[in-house]
Amino acid sequence: MFLLRRPDYWPASGWRDPFEELERMRRQMDLMSTTLFRTPAGETGAGVFPMMNVTEDKDNYYLRAELPGMKAEELVISVTGNSISISGERKLAAEDYKAQYHRREREAGTFNRIVNLPAQIESEKVEASCADGVLTVALPKSEMAKPKRIAVKLS
Amino acid sequence: MTDTESKAIQAKGKMEAATPGEQTRPGFVFTPTVDIFETDKEITLLADMPGVKGEDLLIDLHENVLTLDGNVRPPESPGEIDVLREYRTGKYYRQFTLSEIVDQAEIKAQLKDGVLRLTLPKVKAATPRRITVQGQ
Repeated sequence: MFLLRRPDYWPASGWRDPFEELERMRRQMDLMSTTLFRTPAGETGAGVFPMMNVTEDKDNYYLRAELPGMKAEELVISVTGNSISISGERKLAAEDYKAQYHRREREAGTFNRIVNLPAQIESEKVEASCADGVLTVALPKSEMAKPKRIAVKLS
Repeated sequence: MTDTESKAIQAKGKMEAATPGEQTRPGFVFTPTVDIFETDKEITLLADMPGVKGEDLLIDLHENVLTLDGNVRPPESPGEIDVLREYRTGKYYRQFTLSEIVDQAEIKAQLKDGVLRLTLPKVKAATPRRITVQGQ
């Protein structure tokens, strides 16, 4: 590979820190991938299964994860303070032992994930449900974390 | 037959599908992950399509081309704001070419917890027979 270096690109401090140069290159690559593809770099997230989406409204956080083939009772969900952990095992039903495979892309295995939420949660009122292979957990924000309107007194 | 040893699942992003023809509706199109296996009597296809409801799944068989087309309605209600977004939702689309040996009238489909199970029975003539070699 060829690297063309123009003199004005050269760091003023000389070749003191090669990692600085690498970091700059990495940032440029990230920028390139953001413009080339629709998804911004780093959207793949924490690299821990399952992938999660978290949204919020005034009163709740909603956590969603795609877990096809899993039932709610197979999941272990626990909430402490502002973090929620989800663990379980995805099992694929054993098929006919004589079956010959053409494709095998679906994965089985255990998972264990913890996510920190931006605010405290009312751990007693958390509700979880599984529908069509999508887990939804509704996490009510604690009273302390809810925004309050402060009236400005007129003198 | 499956791996029963418990190993941790690796996080993988959903594969965006390259669909034939251009999309007329905006949104993402993903390739569902599938298992396909066959026994003497039938071919079974399992596809992971989380978020797809039975009425939103279209299975079409036309001239030996099997098309799976599943729509996912956005699970978020309009008032919700993103805090963390690791996956996107959209359509699932994938096509397979079937051989003549499938008894197309007897295909069965079942969608449960976001997993589609499609049973494609083979026609009688195509089930393998053991051929005995005769001596002299």
